[in-house]
Formats: sequence, C-alpha cells, structure tokens
Amino acid sequence: MSAARQVDVAIIGAGPAGLAAGAAARNEGAERVVVFERDWEPGGILQQCIHPGFGLHTFGEELTGPEYAHRYLTRVREAGVEFSLNTMVFQMDKPVLKDGRKTVTFWTMQPERGIEQIEAKSLVLAMGCRERPAGALGVAGSRPSGVYTAGTAQRFVNMEGFMPGTKVVIMGTGDIGLIMARRMLLEGAEVVGVFEIMPWVSGLRRNIAQCLDDFGIPYYLNHSVCELRGRGRLEGVGVVEVGPDRQPIPGSDKFVTCDTLLLAVGLIPENELSRMAGIAIEPITGGPIVNEWMQTSEDCVFAAGNVVVVYDLVDFVSREGERAGKYAARYAMGRLENAKREFKIVPENNVRVVSPQTLTGEDDVTVYLRVGSPVESKCRLYAEPGLFSQRLRYARPGEMNEIKLSASQLKSLASDVTRITVGLEVL
Amino acid sequence: MSCVKKFLCVSCPVGCSLSVTVEGAEVLSVEGNTCPLGEKYARSEVANPVRTFTSTVRVNGGLLPLCPTRSKTPLPLSKVFDVAREVAQLTVDAPIEIGATLIKNVCGTGSDIVASRSLPRKHRDSRELENSA
Ligand SMILES: Cc1cc2nc3c(=O)[nH]c(=O)nc-3n(C[C@H](O)[C@H](O)[C@H](O)COP(=O)(O)OP(=O)(O)OC[C@H]3O[C@@H](n4cnc5c(N)ncnc54)[C@H](O)[C@@H]3O)c2cc1C
Ligand code: SF4
Repeated sequence: MSAARQVDVAIIGAGPAGLAAGAAARNEGAERVVVFERDWEPGGILQQCIHPGFGLHTFGEELTGPEYAHRYLTRVREAGVEFSLNTMVFQMDKPVLKDGRKTVTFWTMQPERGIEQIEAKSLVLAMGCRERPAGALGVAGSRPSGVYTAGTAQRFVNMEGFMPGTKVVIMGTGDIGLIMARRMLLEGAEVVGVFEIMPWVSGLRRNIAQCLDDFGIPYYLNHSVCELRGRGRLEGVGVVEVGPDRQPIPGSDKFVTCDTLLLAVGLIPENELSRMAGIAIEPITGGPIVNEWMQTSEDCVFAAGNVVVVYDLVDFVSREGERAGKYAARYAMGRLENAKREFKIVPENNVRVVSPQTLTGEDDVTVYLRVGSPVESKCRLYAEPGLFSQRLRYARPGEMNEIKLSASQLKSLASDVTRITVGLEVL
Repeated sequence: MSCVKKFLCVSCPVGCSLSVTVEGAEVLSVEGNTCPLGEKYARSEVANPVRTFTSTVRVNGGLLPLCPTRSKTPLPLSKVFDVAREVAQLTVDAPIEIGATLIKNVCGTGSDIVASRSLPRKHRDSRELENSA
C-alpha cells in the first residue's frame, strides 16, 4: 500500500460538531485540518432540518438548519479548513506510538481517489447519531413497506422530493417525529395521531405546542404501536394502551388505518469507528467517555456532538465541537500536557445522563445532564462537594440541563477529592 | 369578566408555561415567563397568533429537486394552509441564492417567502460540489 496521507488534525463528519471543531483547530494554530465527510456537501443533519429553531445562542436569532449551516460554513472556510467530501471513513485502527508520539490511522473511500490511508496527529470523532430503526422495536405482525424512521422521511420530504405516504401514524414523541407530523400535514397528508409509550413526552414541549396543538393533531401518552398489518404496503397498525409497568392493558387494543408509520423512538450515537479504535464507550450515553477537553480514552482522539451524547440544541453541539477542535489542535502541536488530576462525575438522584464524565479541573466546563424521569415541581440541581446549586421549576428528560463549573473552583478542592456527584433533589 | 388562558411560549426551547389573564381582548397580566419574550409572545398569542412558516419549492435544474424556504417574518397561524398551498404551486429555476425572495407578500400576509439555502445548478449528472481539499 502507498504511504499514508499525513494531516495534523483529522475530523470525521462535517455536521455542526465537525465544522466547529475544524474552525477551532485552525484558529488554535493547527496547519493541516481536514474534515472527511461521506455526503456530497457539508452540514450534516442540518441540511434536512428546514424548520426554524437553530442558533438562538450562537447567532442571536432563530435560523433554519440550512441557514445555520450556511453561516457556520462561512466561518469555517475563512478559517482555512480543508474538506474531503464524498469520502467515507470505513476503518480505523487503535492509535499507536510512532516516533515517540501517538498517531491515529484510518482508511477512506472516495470515488476518484479510491481507498486511501490517512495518518493524523490527532482526530476528532464527529459522526453524529443514527435513529433507532423498526427492527430494534420488535413490533409484531407483517413487514410491509411504508415504515420509515422520521429522519429518513424528513430527508425524503425536504431534500429528495418524495412523499412517504398519505395517511400517517407517528410512534414516539421525539422532536423529529413531532416536526415531521406538521411537515407531512402541510404537504397534504393526513396525520392520524402520535403514540408515546411513556407517560411523558420525550421531545421539547414547544414542539408539542407548535407542531401538534397548532394543527389539532392528537397525541396519546401511555400508548404503543404493537402490530403492523398489511401485505406489500402498510394498511394499518395495532395500538394498545400500557399500564404503569409498560405492559399492554388487556382489551385496550384498537386498529388504526394508515399507509405510513414514522418512528421517532430515539437516537443512538454512531460509534462503530470509535469501537474499532478501541475507544472506551459509556453504556448509558452510548458515546465515548470524555473529559472537558472532549478527550477520549485514547489521548490523541477527541469527540464532539451527537457522537458523544445526543444534544437537543445545535448551539451546544457547536460549542462542544469548538472545545474538541481546540484541544485536538493543541495535542497535534504537542502543546497539550497530561492532566495532573482526574475527577470522576457520578450521577445520582434521578440524573441519568452526564457529559463529560471526567474532568481534569484545568478548565472551566459546562456539564450537560438529563434526568431519567420528569420532575414537575420545584427542585434543586447540585454538584457536590459544594460546587454548584441551582433551583429549577421543573426538570424533564427531553431537555438538557447545564452545570457550569470553573477551573478555580475545581483547583481549590482538597487533594483527596476524586469524585464529583451531580444530582437533582426535589424540594 | 376576566379569564385565564394557558399558553406554552415557543419563543425559545425552554418552553415556559404561561398563564395569561385576559379581559375581552385586553391582557391584564402574564405569569410563568422566564424572560420578557414570554410576555410579548403571550400578548401576540391573544391578539393574533403568528408563526414562522417553512416549506420547500420545486426546482428546475438544481443539484437537488427541492429548495427549502421560509417566511422572512412570522405570519398569521390562520393563514398557514393558504400559504402552504401557494408555496406548493411554485417552481423556480436553479441557481438559487440563500435569502432570495421567491414570493412577495405571500397571501397578503405582509411577509415574503425566501430561499433558506443556496442551490447550485446540477452539472454533469453527479452531485458534486467543488472539493476544496
Ligand atoms: C433529524 C434531527 C433533527 C433535529 N432538529 C433540531 C432542531 O430543530 N433544533 C436544534 O437545535 N437541534 C436539532 N437537532 C439536533 C442537532 O441538529 C444535532 O444535535 C446536530 O446536528 C448534531 O451535529 P453533529 O455534528 O454531531 O451530527 P450530524 O449533523 O449528524 O453530522 C454528522 C456527519 O458525519 C458524517 N459521517 C458519519 N459517519 C461518517 C463516516 N464514517 N465517514 C464520513 N462521514 C461520516 C455524516 O454524513 C454527517 O454529515 C436535530 C437532530 C436530528 C438528528
Ligand atoms: S418566556 Fe422566555 S425563556 Fe420562557 S420560553 Fe419564552 S422566550 Fe424562552
């Protein structure tokens, strides 16, 4: 095989995380920063999210996905980031020591250049996430056409010019499903209803208000789709009410006629490559374990965006992408020293998801977290020992909460402190 | 007689629950908002609810068959289906510049429909953008 192409900072994925990482890596001083993207254009999932709701924090106004991508790309091009488009990264090795420093090697496939080997001084994983598919749900019945994940339907309707169907049922209350309910309706389809197995909505409440309530689309909590019926094409779904134990209530089942079922039942970080490289994955988030530099268990590999934890706002993704790019650049330039301390963040009391999971204590950090079940009354979010306390009016699984900690706070912790507990206490 | 109306503020992702006391068409008080935008939202929700409208238009000769569009400013919720029908009728020619006005004063709402991305012309028959690497 021919000699590997050398880059300083390689980034896999040109979604908002990868774009932010690229710009930050250049601005930090890295020379050759290349973003590898399998699609024909940068932007990632933003290009198909044509609804408004992006960039309130980053740009101070509400933009659509493509508008956010456009603005961000202008910044990225000015920074001198290189792109390798139509390029699929399909294989990655465990980083190895070479001339006294870690390097990471991976393989790409590109129509004109064929298969190539790339060697990078540091790497940012920014592959985003994928949707939980129909097969993962194990719904009974036949396997007709007409069953799509909501994001696939979104790409069809918003970019490719196809309508998935005319009479639609949506399973799950993820944001993409709610947004697609409105979108299908405006494109002339009938939207029968949205069925959610949990007793609460998993997406943002604003999407219930502006996508369902505005248009009189009904939604049913504690309900699940339990059967697919139809030969060739979907003819309807069986729907059942579930009890507090998530088990079907006998006799509650009914048949709903439809030709299309959209699944909005969750997103999973896309980490096949990370696993190939031997990166430690956290079972709850499904993403790599990272510290506040967004550094993974392999110190030359960083990660950002939905590959780490599924964020609900693109602004957070851009912010964390910048972090990953900055520290990846420092690593590539030999300017990132090993951390002197490590704090482990331990969730308790209804906090389920935390990211990052460890801290070096050398930088200010925002810790993102999600609760496991909703709290609809006054509560207190805290980080112990004595680092953070904030009263909240509610906390819901669909919305991330933030805990901001400063380096000076962390540095002043006694030298035997190695754990920081974060939790939510109902007042 | 005053009455209390419940809204969910959609001005930002927080989604505060608003309790709005109204008498006739007059807003007496707004509670539950975390920031001033919430009060503004509640007042407009009582007077005339408006939303940003987004959709796509068909494109001749573009790299994609569709171009996403949006209303430049929020427009009345009651007009959304009229606007959707009018936007669905339109076909435009590539190339399209982001921000270009595609329909002026759509359905008399006072808002324009603009392109929300740039779309180059299709060249050869592959989807390829200039690859700067
Ligand atoms: C369908 C959907 C709707 C959303 N709606 C909203 C919203 O309304 N408002 C909001 O603020 N946020 C929204 N979000 C959240 C936000 O947009 C995402 O959190 C954000 O786009 C994540 O960015 P990312 O860069 O991590 O991933 P992505 O945008 O998914 O980008 C990942 C990129 O990596 C590329 N890639 C993956 N694997 C490889 C590989 N092996 N080789 C080469 N390239 C690869 C992909 O092609 C893709 O371009 C939505 C998310 C989704 C999935
Ligand atoms: S009141 Fe303010 S913080 Fe609350 S949802 Fe509205 S804009 Fe957001």
